[in-house]
Amino acid sequence: MSNDILAKLVGALAAGRVRVVDLTQTLSPDFPPIVLPPELGQAWPFRIEEISRYDDRGSNSYWNNFSCSEHTGTHFDAPIHWISGRDLPNNSVDTVPVEQFVGPAAVIDCSKEAAADADFLLTVDFVKAWEKQHGKIPPRAWVLMRTDWSKRVTDPIAYQNLDETGQHTPGPDETVVRFLVEERDVIGFGTETIGTDAGQAFHLRPPYPAHYYMHGAGRCGLQCLTNLDQLPPQGAVVICPPLKIEQGSGSPLRVLALVPA
Amino acid sequence: MTGRASYDGVVLAAPVTIPYVRYSIRGAHWFLSRALAGSLKRAGLKKEQIDGLCVSSFTLAPDSAVGLTQHLGLTVRWLDHIPMGGAAGVVAVRRAARAVQCGDADIVACIAGDTNQVDSFRLMNANFSQFARDAVYPLGSGGPNASFAFLTDYYMRTFGARREDFGKLCVAQRDNALKFPYALFKKKLTLDEYMDARPISDPIHLFDCVMPCAGAEGFLVMKRERAEDLGLPYASILGAIERHNAFPADPVQFRGGWAMDCGDLYAQAGIAPADVDFIETYDDYPVINVMQIEDLGFCKKGEGPDFVRRHSFTVDGTFPFNTSGGQLSVGQAGAAGGSLGMVEAIRQLTRENLAGAVPDAEIGLVSGFGMINYDRGLCTGAVILKAGRA
Amino acid sequence: MTEPIKRPKRKNPVLRTRLPTLPPGTRARVTLGLTEAAARGIFALQVCRDCGTVQYPPREACHNCLSDRLVWTPQDGRGELISETRIRHALELYFRERTPWRLGVVKLDVGPIVVVQVHGDIPPAPTRVRVQACLDKSDQAALFALPEKDTPHMAEDRQLREMTCDPKFRKVLVTDGKTQIGQAVVRALAEAGADLIWVGYAEPWKKFAGFDELEKIPQVTLVPLDLTDARSVKELSGEIGAKVDILINTAELHRAYGIGARYGTDVAKAEMEINYFGLLRLAQEFGPVMRSRGADGLNSAVAWVNLLSIFALSNYPQQGTFSASKAAAQSLAQCLRAEMRASGVRVINVYPGPVDDEWNQLILPPKLAPSALANAIVKALKDGVEDVYPGDVAQDWLARWRDNPKALERELAG
Repeated sequence: MSNDILAKLVGALAAGRVRVVDLTQTLSPDFPPIVLPPELGQAWPFRIEEISRYDDRGSNSYWNNFSCSEHTGTHFDAPIHWISGRDLPNNSVDTVPVEQFVGPAAVIDCSKEAAADADFLLTVDFVKAWEKQHGKIPPRAWVLMRTDWSKRVTDPIAYQNLDETGQHTPGPDETVVRFLVEERDVIGFGTETIGTDAGQAFHLRPPYPAHYYMHGAGRCGLQCLTNLDQLPPQGAVVICPPLKIEQGSGSPLRVLALVPA
Repeated sequence: MTGRASYDGVVLAAPVTIPYVRYSIRGAHWFLSRALAGSLKRAGLKKEQIDGLCVSSFTLAPDSAVGLTQHLGLTVRWLDHIPMGGAAGVVAVRRAARAVQCGDADIVACIAGDTNQVDSFRLMNANFSQFARDAVYPLGSGGPNASFAFLTDYYMRTFGARREDFGKLCVAQRDNALKFPYALFKKKLTLDEYMDARPISDPIHLFDCVMPCAGAEGFLVMKRERAEDLGLPYASILGAIERHNAFPADPVQFRGGWAMDCGDLYAQAGIAPADVDFIETYDDYPVINVMQIEDLGFCKKGEGPDFVRRHSFTVDGTFPFNTSGGQLSVGQAGAAGGSLGMVEAIRQLTRENLAGAVPDAEIGLVSGFGMINYDRGLCTGAVILKAGRA
Repeated sequence: MTEPIKRPKRKNPVLRTRLPTLPPGTRARVTLGLTEAAARGIFALQVCRDCGTVQYPPREACHNCLSDRLVWTPQDGRGELISETRIRHALELYFRERTPWRLGVVKLDVGPIVVVQVHGDIPPAPTRVRVQACLDKSDQAALFALPEKDTPHMAEDRQLREMTCDPKFRKVLVTDGKTQIGQAVVRALAEAGADLIWVGYAEPWKKFAGFDELEKIPQVTLVPLDLTDARSVKELSGEIGAKVDILINTAELHRAYGIGARYGTDVAKAEMEINYFGLLRLAQEFGPVMRSRGADGLNSAVAWVNLLSIFALSNYPQQGTFSASKAAAQSLAQCLRAEMRASGVRVINVYPGPVDDEWNQLILPPKLAPSALANAIVKALKDGVEDVYPGDVAQDWLARWRDNPKALERELAG
């Protein structure tokens, strides 16, 4: 019965039969922000300054002001973030239907390939091979591209992986995104890197296909995830509600996964 | 003829010294009040009989002479405050004498004094004048020691004075001081000790410097008839000069304003330098003593060192000089230093000595100098006094 | 002969650090004309417009003709030392700690008598000298006589070194080594004999040309420093603050927008965040510890250099928000100067004209080469000045601004 399904969930959590896994990087000034050409508008890195710390600025309390862009740290991209999604209905973080913030996770392990080639691109063939092993991606799922890139976060230079030709991080190729949207009806696509697109995606056609096709179809993105290696390929449920910012294009958020033990 | 009116009929009497102490918790008002009271007592006068007041002090702030009238309960019809340091005593005599001569006042009390506390000297020097504060003190805070070092260095090189010459004067002044009960320095000084003393600001050494202290000096100015009525011995004024900011084009000060008016001084007094029986110079440093000897006509400019070598300066010497010891051996009680010589001269001439007496002292010369505003002392003055009884 | 100073021994950590004292710092307003010129490295005296008499000490009326038309005019300082002394007993703590102190009286060829400090290489009076105006530890003008011709190690004279901020043997923090300016400053400091140069850099994942070469300079230690991150500034200050003798803030964000050319406040905010708030963070974290070391032996904390811009004086509308951020930084630097004053640490503000870098690409020459700017900074440290306007454009701009600031405003508005 649907009446007691949540009671069962609560019980399972209490008994440890369902674990809560944190897929979120800690938001700190050290976290690398997105790198953009200097002429363009810049996204703020995370910065935090005390209001008071049990001192003459406020003797009984400790609290802070912080600043960052909507796309700093582990964050959510809403369709309005990209030009291809700008005219869609319910396309901002405050209007995206909240059902999209809870969904099954399909975790596609590309960690070996990404370790060998920082510019690794996820392809349709790779996904189909994964489905052969782990089952078809269910409808309205969050597809998460596991690259273990999150483990580089303690070395910001390695995490950004920039050279004179730009950023070199793994991501999806042009066709797999269309496939996920049109053939698998995903809610969203998530990565461990800065950006749902590969570091060199500017040179794909169209440029930044994950943004272009996902947001163009009213789907969402998650970036800078971590601990994807703690999730089963299928069976986990991702919970990812962004801040309810009026007309927001995204926000840093806490991404959790419920995982059967 | 000098064109200057004489000082006939005006006399100085009732000299008083308030004993000098190194440091005092009392304010300048106390020392000045003791000087006033002392002169009144010696003269047998009541406070109300004083109708003129002349004050010099560095540490009376925030008061000047005005504040002192109410502080001490004086109602006067003539009042002056003379901020001219070591020349203030001479200038006070010139001012008060004219007031008494013209009937603007009957009896003028001239008092000068200062307190001295642990930081007084530094505070006074830090804000001594605009030029000193802006253009000298911040460069080394050497105070007058540094300023007189410049004068001494230049004088020694230009005229061949040696440290021994200055030392001879200091030793003689110390000998004179040994007989003066109020002198702060009580030990004999030898030339060897003078020469071996530690440098303060080359070429100035320890015994070239006065000791700042607290104390006061005072005397009264009145008409001769008044002094005789009171039965007071007195000294008459034969001549008096002052000059400020003399010889501004001299690159370093090697002569003072006396040189400009010395002729007038002796003409007014009707005497020659040889007629002077003793001289009290303003002696904050020995080099200034030598300059005063030159500029007051006792020898030519540059012959001072030779004059020093040829004379002896104790009260029984060939040129009795700073007969109670001068500031160098007695101490410098701030503005009182400008009246130390005046008070000692009056004592010599009225035969009421506290120190050694100059034999047959009839004519004394008192010289004043002061106010290193920037790089030279601006104020100079001199008075020739004569014993009141023939 | 001036003894070249030897590299000082390591500081004994058990001993108390000597606290800063200052020479007397009060001056009449008219005397501050001397300070204003000395701040720019110029010895100026008042000259009477009506009779030509040169005045010293500074005053309100000509001592020859009483005219009040006195104009501050640069002087070459040539003259003759005619009298001198070595002070061995001084009244103020600052000098008591530094005796013997050599002073003299100089007759300048142009007339006035000046009381001066005397360089150790000058022979006894009488002798020819050159007088210059330095800033002392109270940031006031002090006249200093130098030998007629330069002598070896002249800058290392004990008294003269008190007036200057020479980087030799000192430890320097350059806050941003990623820019051409920062790198040029590092090279110039190494050449000037700095012992240790910490070079700050933010965003390590962004590579900049020339940056790797810095590590090859033996005195250089690269340190993470992001002026937009309070914690980064605090951590670096905690680590090295107690050793920094000279801090040179080369960090700046430079864009070329006015108000209308770039919509939104984010670019202006980014400029302010580094150019103004960055300075504020640095001052709050490094200021106190540098202040406490203002008299810490031969290698005391001695200078704080701010890279401003000539645009701080009068807004250059084509780089209007950048100008405003530099103006804000200048004002804050004045505040810093006042707060550092008691410690004897000099705040030096540098106002270059446009530097030949990428954001000034569209500005016509003459533009200042980064190496020329770096040399000007090192020279300012050695000369003991506090306001520096390097290059032809800066000098031109300064002259126009001093002459008629409203006219300059109009000229810049095009």
